Amino acid sequence: MSELLTRTFLTALVSGGLLAGVPLMFTALGETISERAGVLNIGLEGMMLVGAYIGFIGAYYGHSFWAGFAAGIGGGALASLFMVVLCVRLGLDQIVVGIAITLAGEGITSVLQETQFGTTYPRLGAPPTVAIPGLSDIPVVGKSLFEQPLIVYLGLAAVAATSWIFRRTNAGLNLRAAGEKPEALDAAGVSVVATRSYAALCTGGLAGLGGAYLSIVGAGTFTPFMTQGQGFMAIVIAMLARGRPLWVVLGSFLFGISLSVATALQLAGINISTDVVNMLPFIAIMVALVAFARRSYLPPALALPYVRGAR
Amino acid sequence: MTDVTTETTLSPETRAPVQRAAPRRRFVADALDVVVRSIVPVLLALGAGAILLLALGRDPITFYSNVWKGGIELTAWQDSAVRAAPLLLIAVGLVVVFRANIWNLGYNGQFLLGAALISGLGPRLVGSEPRWFALVVLFVVAGAAGAAWTLLPAVLKARYETNEIITTLMMSFIGVGIANILIKGPFQDPTVNIPQTRVLPLDKMLPAIPGTRIHIAVLMALAAALLVHFVLTRTSFGLRLQILGANPRAARHVGLKVPRLIVMSFLVSGLLVGMAAAADILGTWGYVRANWNPAYGDTVIPFVFLARLNALALIPFVIFYAVLSTGGDLATQQANLPTDFLLVLVALILLFMTVIEYLGRRRALGASYLTPGLEQALRYSSRRRKASE
Repeated sequence: MSELLTRTFLTALVSGGLLAGVPLMFTALGETISERAGVLNIGLEGMMLVGAYIGFIGAYYGHSFWAGFAAGIGGGALASLFMVVLCVRLGLDQIVVGIAITLAGEGITSVLQETQFGTTYPRLGAPPTVAIPGLSDIPVVGKSLFEQPLIVYLGLAAVAATSWIFRRTNAGLNLRAAGEKPEALDAAGVSVVATRSYAALCTGGLAGLGGAYLSIVGAGTFTPFMTQGQGFMAIVIAMLARGRPLWVVLGSFLFGISLSVATALQLAGINISTDVVNMLPFIAIMVALVAFARRSYLPPALALPYVRGAR
Repeated sequence: MTDVTTETTLSPETRAPVQRAAPRRRFVADALDVVVRSIVPVLLALGAGAILLLALGRDPITFYSNVWKGGIELTAWQDSAVRAAPLLLIAVGLVVVFRANIWNLGYNGQFLLGAALISGLGPRLVGSEPRWFALVVLFVVAGAAGAAWTLLPAVLKARYETNEIITTLMMSFIGVGIANILIKGPFQDPTVNIPQTRVLPLDKMLPAIPGTRIHIAVLMALAAALLVHFVLTRTSFGLRLQILGANPRAARHVGLKVPRLIVMSFLVSGLLVGMAAAADILGTWGYVRANWNPAYGDTVIPFVFLARLNALALIPFVIFYAVLSTGGDLATQQANLPTDFLLVLVALILLFMTVIEYLGRRRALGASYLTPGLEQALRYSSRRRKASE
């Protein structure tokens, strides 16, 4: 393989991996927060789609990428409101409601897209990028790694912040207690329901942001079912990361790269069926699960609603 | 009680104390209870769907009357009956695992893998063998494919307690991919440019009941529902699944071989999902096109819950949904909406069901659509965890 081909291959792999990894990172970070608090969010896929759709609407009519991202966060949080009210407040089954949110998200965004843009198919332009001076001059991968839309840097900062919150703040302690031993949190005088509600809302917002990134930056448009199982992938990443945000980043980019291998290979002149390539991340996850099955960890109170004084 | 077995088969320790009223009053109350819990969510969802249609600028009355027209009138009811066959088989397959409190959400991959295999092998087989033999072989192949696809999640769950929601979903995505590879690769019809398998000749497909379009797989699906209901409520295997679903720890303590039970219920579930693919391909379509995914399982899940994991009660619900989806094809087309609108209706049914369930629990109406284990987890989470320490 010639030098040029390797270079195109590497650039495509890295930039594609980042492009595909960032939505996963946002969503998996959200799932980490809610899993730590004891809420299993199976509806992530639906929240991502709602965020993707509303984010695209925001960016398209607001003529601003930031309006789009904000709208995406709002849309995801709105979808997670169902989770908050039905599961956290009323204690209904999180898996059933999660499935409902996914189905509703898929259906409603498809219907709205079809009725609003079914004939026009509008697209957004490329978002402005910010180059980190110095690092972006690294040959081969520098430009693709260190010249990203601002939101990517903010996302990485959010991961670091979450990690810090988990470890060093009272809020993080409360959050973890809500998933590990809600009775203890209640006995300490902190509302379990409120803690979990905030966590679930954060999850919705982050999943919405992930979806918005997918539609605004990734595709430049919204297409129905565009998440293609990434919400579920994010759940797996969160489970394998065992609640540690920094591992979430690593996992997301690994899966992002496995998502972008196809395009990179095609650019390098190797033709490989997209079906094979689309399966790769899922196969990777299954291999990871088989290899590390004993070591995945979930909080003991996950998916169990908290009822004060129940016995 | 509609779900008598849930009541009687469990040891007193695993059940919450239930307040019992006088028998006759209980019967009336229970009948009312069934109506409220099963039918009201559907009506509410259809109502909310109507509001949604109005908001989209469509006429809900036209929409729902088109559903009736396309799903019931003239000979359309036969199409609905045919559509019900794969739906019922999948739903029954889900009942088997859900009763054991196991979440097999990989039905799409199991279904498509079975579908791809038999539509690839079908045209080769039906020519050389007697028709009934080839059809039986194809049903077995599809069932085996579906069952095989649950094996890895089952073993992971049985040995390492790996969350089966995740593993079945991942296997589902892989299964869909393999199905597409098979359709575009070895099973591709060489005479056409579209990626699809060879089309099964009409006279080689499942025979229909004379005078109708209803093929025998519809009867098979009904028989499967009856059989599964019998096995789950009248045999020791059913009882063991029930205990496993109620409380895995208790199941281990009474000496049940829990890992084997988990694997068994997964395999039966996958088998039924695979057979659903055979019923659909050999009865209705005759071929599979690449990227075809009817996602029957996604839409049938709410009805599995609405039927309280009771295979017998599933039959009317699945028929209802078959009519809604067959008629919905016409109605959404007429209203210029994508068929995904039906997904919204299904999601609404699920949401209203959980809300009604909540109100019901508040009023202590008794049985729940949740398996007793889950229900108990909701009420008695703290004690259970204390006991496990």
